[in-house]
Amino acid sequence: MLIQRLADNDLFGSLRDMHRLQNSLNRLLSTSVPIEAPAEFPLINVWTSENGVIVRAEIPGIAPDDVDISLVNDTLTIRGFRNPEELQEGESRHRQERGFGQFSRSLQLPFGVEADHVQAKFSNGVLQITLPRSEAERPRRISVVSES
Amino acid sequence: MPNELMETNKQDVAAQGSAAEQTRPHKLYTPFTDIYESKEQLVLLADMPGVKQDGVDITLEQNILTIYGHAEQPELPGYNLTYAEYGVGSYKRVFALSNEIDREGIQASVKNGVLKLVLPKSKRALPRKIVVQAE
Repeated sequence: MLIQRLADNDLFGSLRDMHRLQNSLNRLLSTSVPIEAPAEFPLINVWTSENGVIVRAEIPGIAPDDVDISLVNDTLTIRGFRNPEELQEGESRHRQERGFGQFSRSLQLPFGVEADHVQAKFSNGVLQITLPRSEAERPRRISVVSES
Repeated sequence: MPNELMETNKQDVAAQGSAAEQTRPHKLYTPFTDIYESKEQLVLLADMPGVKQDGVDITLEQNILTIYGHAEQPELPGYNLTYAEYGVGSYKRVFALSNEIDREGIQASVKNGVLKLVLPKSKRALPRKIVVQAE
């Protein structure tokens, strides 16, 4: 699998690469268990700054404990299981639009992050993961000394 | 049995001819909804991530049930949105209810971004035995 080092200031370039690597990672990491949920679940939004990345995922209807977030190098994986409603005897379904079952999304981050300082919050069905940039990868200012 | 007045398969509800437009420019989405029925009640579950309890508005007018949820997204100062798969906005869906529903007993709750509506069926009159009296 191709691992690319993404340029620091090239956020748009890293966006394209993120798309590409995310797709290849999704394919690579998808398990053999058939996923009943739609291919793109949960939907995610990614916010970046020089200091870190914030990932938001819309995952309504699950408890915070049912989500498994893992970080391997600079690949973030969100996986979990959404339970269908248990029907009692004599109950029937009229409409079933919400997906259920196992879900898994992987995301290539634009830079390395401090694994120990990653925070995840879950509120009203929205999962927010805050990933601060790792110190080693912060852009360094290099001062120019003039030689005369 | 609820039927829908307005049915859209798309997630996005753009300005449709029959739909009322909002006064503020705001994205409006149709929430994915599950409906199932038991002997005593109808249960409706709508995915509305980002919606809190006080952001939900449910109205029942004659037979028309309208569910509306306003989603909040906290600002992230200093960050730029570099990749977006979803937009944040309000959720709205309209259903037509049958007369079988006991309106007074409708209950609504919001948990983890899912709106749950319990619509009890009205108690039908029990069959009465009519005694014939002799004249």
